[in-house]
Amino acid sequence: MQALATEYLPILLFLGVALGLGLVLMLAAMILAVRNPDPEKVSAYECGFNAFDDARMKFDVRFYLVSILFIIFDLEVAFLFPWAVAFRDIGDVGFWSMMVFLAVLTVGFAYEWKKGALEWE
Amino acid sequence: MADFFSTGLGIAIIILAQCLLMAIFLLLAAYFFLYADRKVWAAVQMRRGPNVVGVFGLLQSAADMLKLVVKEVVIPAGADRTVFLIAPLVAFALPMAAWAVIPFNETWVLADINVAILYVFAISSLEVYGVIMGGWASNSKYPFLGSLRSAAQMISYEVSIGFIIIGVIISTGSLNFGEIVAAQDGSYGLFSWYWLPHLPMVFLFFVSGLAETNRPPFDLPEAESELVAGYQVEYSSTPFLLFMAGEYFAMFLICALTTLLFFGGWLSPIPGLPDGALWFIAKLSFFFLIFAMVKAITPRYRYDQLMRLGWKVFLPLSLAWVVIVSFFAHFELFGGAYARWAVGG
Repeated sequence: MQALATEYLPILLFLGVALGLGLVLMLAAMILAVRNPDPEKVSAYECGFNAFDDARMKFDVRFYLVSILFIIFDLEVAFLFPWAVAFRDIGDVGFWSMMVFLAVLTVGFAYEWKKGALEWE
Repeated sequence: MADFFSTGLGIAIIILAQCLLMAIFLLLAAYFFLYADRKVWAAVQMRRGPNVVGVFGLLQSAADMLKLVVKEVVIPAGADRTVFLIAPLVAFALPMAAWAVIPFNETWVLADINVAILYVFAISSLEVYGVIMGGWASNSKYPFLGSLRSAAQMISYEVSIGFIIIGVIISTGSLNFGEIVAAQDGSYGLFSWYWLPHLPMVFLFFVSGLAETNRPPFDLPEAESELVAGYQVEYSSTPFLLFMAGEYFAMFLICALTTLLFFGGWLSPIPGLPDGALWFIAKLSFFFLIFAMVKAITPRYRYDQLMRLGWKVFLPLSLAWVVIVSFFAHFELFGGAYARWAVGG
């Protein structure tokens, strides 16, 4: 526990330093700079028009699809990390079972491709 | 005095001092690399670049920073104020925090943890939140569309970066940067490094890095002809500065990863010359030069081309490479070049 704490303490402290630095910069601008908002200045930028409606509009479902595909493949990568580290110790069984797993994944990937999930026109 | 530095408080103070040193290094790097970046673009386009403020324009970055600090922070009326202000903090602090595990040589590292790559990978996955939060909180159409595009782009290329890293891990058998660099230490100098056995992936990694950091030719989130400035449209003053600095830290991170994973980190390219942190910084600067050159030379991709490249070219290639490397490593082909743990590196 002690060793773990000293190993990870620098990360925590550095994150703190980074956040602190960012906060200081942001506060500096808020304190130093003049603040003089008027309705035109704080309206959403839309090339000179008044904003038509709320910006949180419907968007293309493909973005959603991409994020789902990302989750699948990123989980895949997460599975591969421990396997890759333990590569030397797991022998033939570990090696071939991961090959089977990757083959299954490749079939899924080919299916996605054929279905047109990766098309952007 | 020596006793004090072995107590808990003393250790914490030493660590804090190291953190501050690292932060200063990163800020100085951002300062000079931003200047170098602009000088390189200028040179490619036969311009002079910044040359008015200070000798050779060296103070230009300081002038820019000062200018941004005294600018008004405009918060759009429709924006979600809290999220709007947290977003640049996230975009700034996360790429910086990833540097906590990047070693400069065998001993110069803030946190020498055994899952260093996993940590960097996790942090760089989180970076996308800064962009999404910024775009969503602005409540304006351009930032919203820009952040969607940017998020989709960043996560698409992250998958192939992950697969490429897996190849290196298989060859080394460790997630620790020190051990990865040590595995590249051989008697042939630069020909012992991983770039040779992993050659095709070096290019893929670097190009994915360009896409991951939203740099040209993949700067679609900021495509000024279409989206004005993407998720940064509504940002001004230091929040904008934080986004900008975060982007540069992320770029250094990609350069550092390329150096550590494929180009031997702090190892000397010529056998016999001493290894050291200077080699690491020299290699990092070289890759940054390529980053700058790419920006100056290449035209921007179209969005559908970008997604096609990511999902239909890079993903299958890097996935295939994982299989190839694991075969080479498992059967110890090519004199164990892919299984450094087996031949004792």
